[in-house]
Amino acid sequence: MAKEMIRIEKLNKSFGDLHVLKDVDLSVNESDVVCLIGSSGSGKSTLLRCMNFLEKKDNGKIIIEGEEITKEKHNINEVRQKVGMVFQHFYLFPHKTVLENIIEAPVMVKKIPKKQAIQEARDLLKKVDLSDKEDVYPSKLSGGQKQRVAIARALAMKPDIMLFDEPTSALDPELVGEVLATMKELAVEGMTMVIVTHEMGFAREVANKIVYMHEGTILEAADTQEFFSSPKDERTKAFLSATTIK
Amino acid sequence: MPSFSHFLSTLADTKGVFIDAMLLTLKLTVVSVLVGIVIGLFFALLKISRVKILGWISDAYVYLVRGTPLIVQIFILYFGMSGIFLIPDFWAAALALAFHNGAYIAEIFRGSIQSIDQGQMEAGRSLGMSRSLTMRRIILPQAFRRALPPLGNQFIIGLKDSSLAAFISMNELFNVATTLGSNNFDEMTFLLIVAVYYLILVAILTIVVNLIEKRLAKSDR
Repeated sequence: MAKEMIRIEKLNKSFGDLHVLKDVDLSVNESDVVCLIGSSGSGKSTLLRCMNFLEKKDNGKIIIEGEEITKEKHNINEVRQKVGMVFQHFYLFPHKTVLENIIEAPVMVKKIPKKQAIQEARDLLKKVDLSDKEDVYPSKLSGGQKQRVAIARALAMKPDIMLFDEPTSALDPELVGEVLATMKELAVEGMTMVIVTHEMGFAREVANKIVYMHEGTILEAADTQEFFSSPKDERTKAFLSATTIK
Repeated sequence: MPSFSHFLSTLADTKGVFIDAMLLTLKLTVVSVLVGIVIGLFFALLKISRVKILGWISDAYVYLVRGTPLIVQIFILYFGMSGIFLIPDFWAAALALAFHNGAYIAEIFRGSIQSIDQGQMEAGRSLGMSRSLTMRRIILPQAFRRALPPLGNQFIIGLKDSSLAAFISMNELFNVATTLGSNNFDEMTFLLIVAVYYLILVAILTIVVNLIEKRLAKSDR
């Protein structure tokens, strides 16, 4: 039995009167690649953000690597070091070079010696194929390059889990591929990943588990093969036929 | 109006005393704006804090300063406080100006901090950085850059406001000009001369601020 990395039980979240997540349960095992899909406003991004505590849950349990995370018992900053996050709009630090972006948290939070952090950052840049950009400021990069730097920046903290919030939605179509390739490489290496995406082809190819959300609840969660070949819920079927070309 | 040659010769004859006065004006301005930046940053951080009471304290400060004339503030510090403890003239003026500038600078900083995309804070937090570390390392450096043009503006306003220190008998530019003017029964000449000195100071400040802006703009290139 694989190690359970994330477990979510009866999670609820509201924004004012809007009940965004309704009793959501979810389990993610080590090396799982889980794609959260569903239409806009279905709560998938909120669910992802709750896993990193960027949104405060109303109630329910969030269990990371076997420990229920509570404000009283845990330093959220330490928990977050285990859970990396990549955003739709990258959010690179514009006043820092690519290299400085990557070493910022390792040096300032983990207190890793700067020399070592730079060495590790260069290795990561090689991995995302941006070695020639280390001294460049983010404003000089394309969207795809920015997102790959953002991935490297998150990886620099050596997280056990990576969360991706629509990582390719803000990109020009011709730049989507390079980001997806980087993510696929990560998946192959065994990184535990939770990805909110609209890239159905990618989900089908890389994910081993698909979670379909609708109006704040998980309608269907299944292995990828099963999900795409024999969806059970009528709404899932409708969603799938609407997002694929027949 | 004085003739141009009279103006020039008076300008040349009095340059020693005016340059001393200009240095005092500059010192007053620089001290009061630098202290004002510290005060302003402090109150801006209070204002954006999640603790409501701190925000109210900041509001009250800004309201008090913006709601009363600077000359009243200077006199309160100079005359009002002298019953309790004696403040040297320079510090009475400098602190009153700093207290005054601080309120405007607090608003400048608050605006520039709030103009930074919320995602920058989230990105920092998602990497395990604390709120205060993210504020210090990520938000403030960006906010400071955005604050520079209005800060430069406030610097110039502060420079001109420092002329009010004349009323607590500081021998800064304006005081020297009015004193020399009335002693020589030649007010207009000395007012024109002092205007020239203020213009020189403002030109220097503008150049310095532009240089700093250019330096900090390197990440845009």
